[in-house]
Amino acid sequence: MPDKKKIADLHFMDARCKLIDLAAFFDRMDRHEGAADYRDQALRAALPILLENRGDRAKAVLDFLSDESSELLESAPFQGAFGAPMPEKGGAA
Amino acid sequence: MRYIEPHAHMVSRTTDDYQKLAIAGCEVLCEPAFWAGFDRASAQGFHDYFRQLTEYEPKRAEKFGIKHFCWLCINPKEADDPVFAREVMSLIPDFLEKKTVLGIGEIGLNKNTRNELTIFEEHVQIALMHDLPILIHTPHLEDKKKGTKLILDALGNFSALNREKVIIDHVEEHTAAMVLEQGYWAGMTLYPESKCTPNRAIDMLETLGSDRLWLNSACDWGISDPLAVPKCAIEMKKREHSAAFIEKVVYENPARFLAQAKNFSL
Repeated sequence: MPDKKKIADLHFMDARCKLIDLAAFFDRMDRHEGAADYRDQALRAALPILLENRGDRAKAVLDFLSDESSELLESAPFQGAFGAPMPEKGGAA
Repeated sequence: MRYIEPHAHMVSRTTDDYQKLAIAGCEVLCEPAFWAGFDRASAQGFHDYFRQLTEYEPKRAEKFGIKHFCWLCINPKEADDPVFAREVMSLIPDFLEKKTVLGIGEIGLNKNTRNELTIFEEHVQIALMHDLPILIHTPHLEDKKKGTKLILDALGNFSALNREKVIIDHVEEHTAAMVLEQGYWAGMTLYPESKCTPNRAIDMLETLGSDRLWLNSACDWGISDPLAVPKCAIEMKKREHSAAFIEKVVYENPARFLAQAKNFSL
């Protein structure tokens, strides 16, 4: 299996690009008019997970961005999904 | 490199895509019934769709040396109206006589509603009655974890179900382990924006093992890549996985699961 240097050689630039893109997204959201958006707030609230000393950060971020309720809905309010739970379902307010 | 594409919605793709798949080494392609991007107005619309899956697409694929199989159902996005869903489901038994039908799929949940779950369970019953494998769709994004848990709970009530004949698709890091731990197969879908990237899928193969996992592109009418599986194989090679391991993941694993369908052949 490849060592840390090989993995960094393969994936560092891609990860660097995504990190800068995320920073630019936050700048863009801050710069534009309008009410705060729960999806933006959810991403910011998930960031501390990245610095935790654990081996399952991807799972933890996905858990954080999940609807943790368990009850069935009586009907579908719409067909799609947005990537973060709405505030009334425990998402970032 | 030869490979099997176990989940692709070719009714939404061009003939050029079949050509690209063949050039990339795709030998077999399986197409689950799905939501076409809009709600169909009548059961007759599904009758025509099932004819497209069982009659037209196999011929289109054959021109490029690709074997085409399909799965039948009413997808969860159109299953929230149980009267309509049952009308569509009544069409399925006749189509099970077609020689390229593998089983029931992709059934599952979309917004985790009571009606979706009822229709999901009725589909499972059809599969059990006809001794067919099952392909299960799990919900998108924030709904996936909840939906996967609901699906696993529902499946647990079917004591006659052989879990090795069930694949639960679109798993990610937060759902893969719970699926595998309960004895089901798991599918990882490689999408540019949602679901899995190739390297996250490889991470899961490295950490969860590769015995009951397959990769698919689930290419459809949205942002998706019909060549996602061979591109992931290239990433596996860059990460120093052996040719035998790559062959196992992209060919032998799907072949082993699909061989449980009486109509499947290589």
